[in-house]
Amino acid sequence: MATTPKRTQKDQLQEAILYPIDWIEERSGLVGGIKYFLFRKVPGDINWFQTLGSATLTAFLVQALTGVILAMYYKPDPQNAYSSIQHITNDVFAGWLVRGMHKWGASVFIILMFMHMGRVFLFGAYKYPRELNWIIGVLLLASGLAEGFTGYLLPWDQTAYWATVVGINLNGTAPFLGPFIAQFLQGGTYIDDGTIARFYAIHMLLIPGAIIALITLHLYLVIRLGVTSPPWSKEAAGTGSIVKREKTARTGLSRFGRGGR
Amino acid sequence: MGVVVFMVGLIVSWSIAGLGAIIALAFAFLWVRDLTTGTPLAVAPDVEPERAAAVDISVPPGETPMVLSPDEERFPRSKFLELSTLGLGGVIGGIVTAPALGFMIAPSFLKQGTKDHDLGPLSDFPQDKYVVATYMSDPAQGEVSRRTAYVRYNGPLNGQPSFTVISNHCAHLGCPVQPNGPLEEDKKTQNGDVTLIPTISIAGFGCPCHGGQYDTEGNRTSGPPVRALDRYSFSIRNGHLFVGHAFSVSHVDGVGATAKIHKWKQAYPGEPVSGLESWLYPIQPPH
Repeated sequence: MATTPKRTQKDQLQEAILYPIDWIEERSGLVGGIKYFLFRKVPGDINWFQTLGSATLTAFLVQALTGVILAMYYKPDPQNAYSSIQHITNDVFAGWLVRGMHKWGASVFIILMFMHMGRVFLFGAYKYPRELNWIIGVLLLASGLAEGFTGYLLPWDQTAYWATVVGINLNGTAPFLGPFIAQFLQGGTYIDDGTIARFYAIHMLLIPGAIIALITLHLYLVIRLGVTSPPWSKEAAGTGSIVKREKTARTGLSRFGRGGR
Repeated sequence: MGVVVFMVGLIVSWSIAGLGAIIALAFAFLWVRDLTTGTPLAVAPDVEPERAAAVDISVPPGETPMVLSPDEERFPRSKFLELSTLGLGGVIGGIVTAPALGFMIAPSFLKQGTKDHDLGPLSDFPQDKYVVATYMSDPAQGEVSRRTAYVRYNGPLNGQPSFTVISNHCAHLGCPVQPNGPLEEDKKTQNGDVTLIPTISIAGFGCPCHGGQYDTEGNRTSGPPVRALDRYSFSIRNGHLFVGHAFSVSHVDGVGATAKIHKWKQAYPGEPVSGLESWLYPIQPPH
């Protein structure tokens, strides 16, 4: 007993916690990857407005989570849709809360997307080399708006129905392909008993899949290119070297500067 | 091409789909064989060009000499395997994706069209008054298929009863237009899925959504609509009025039985059917 070094309870505890983490790290490198993702270098004068992107991501995750749970109780057909929403709101435990989170969270998600977009625009963060991330962001915005449109029909009340009629016919007025888009959305010449299931599938499977893929690309580019300095920054962020303001002032304050590495 | 025939066949009939599948497989086979015939070049991939040229001299006359110039494209085995993996992957992906996409898109455009629907005996429709008629265009689907038509009996024309049957879909964005005048709710009659409510005397139709206004013939009088209200074709069988398919109307000259209706193929709301702007919508999907 006395010959071996005494291991305190604290050491044992630490080992018990670290062992599984090390086990995973040794076989996957995931822990290092997460550390790399979370503890990136960012410009020293970073701004609160630069949290809008992760706020948007959080809003999307809330939508995804509450949406999955709502899908357990919702019935996407004309006879049952409205009553299943009433059931969720009035009968199911905390249904009012989860549905409220999904309903109001949808608006929060859209508003945050626009605010994030405004921040990127006003900070000039869409400029070289981040143009592609702006394009992906625009696709994300379009997907988000499409989520709003398809989700609006699902409560199947008068507002939902007629707003969707108007929305579909708005699509129908697009030149050349418009009538085909409208008919594809309706699943026929008129809104019929299949339209609501169609919108439901688009709303909960098709577009969320696209959004998740696009967010992955979006984040990949954020990690690869780094976070932009605010416009008033004297620092060319992330390179570890200070580039004079004159050089970057007009070129969009990109982290790399013109002709960077 | 075979894949295209296969896709078309999925929509049209199984025999054509089978034909397409056979064509696709045959061409895939030919293509793969094409690639395989390229492989002999890969037999001596490591030979120096000079040495290859030296070997060529020894080729007996009568046989084609195999010349490998330094910049000639080689086709080694690895390249073949790479291309065939990608190609076969593409073919398999296409075979899986094509029917799925067809399944998603085609049903919206196939087997469209409406059946004629019985609105009741002619005596239910007083002369020169609009009756609000609602019915289920497909009773199996229930209330979601309910349509509304404004029906007016115009009296006989050339010995035949004449009707004006106007659709309630606003020509702006499809909201339900309402009659501008009182309904006689107490004279409401119900027969099966058909409901008839007579109106007293209406001054036209108005849309609650964005304020489009129409006269009693369905001509636009103000607001955002781009054309007159759609109409339904009608027929009379055994003394009963039947509504048929809808069609679009650019405008109506005259009133009542002798009105001249400028009739067009049914278009979605918001799409002009006449004039320059109608060129933006050259093809309408099958309604």
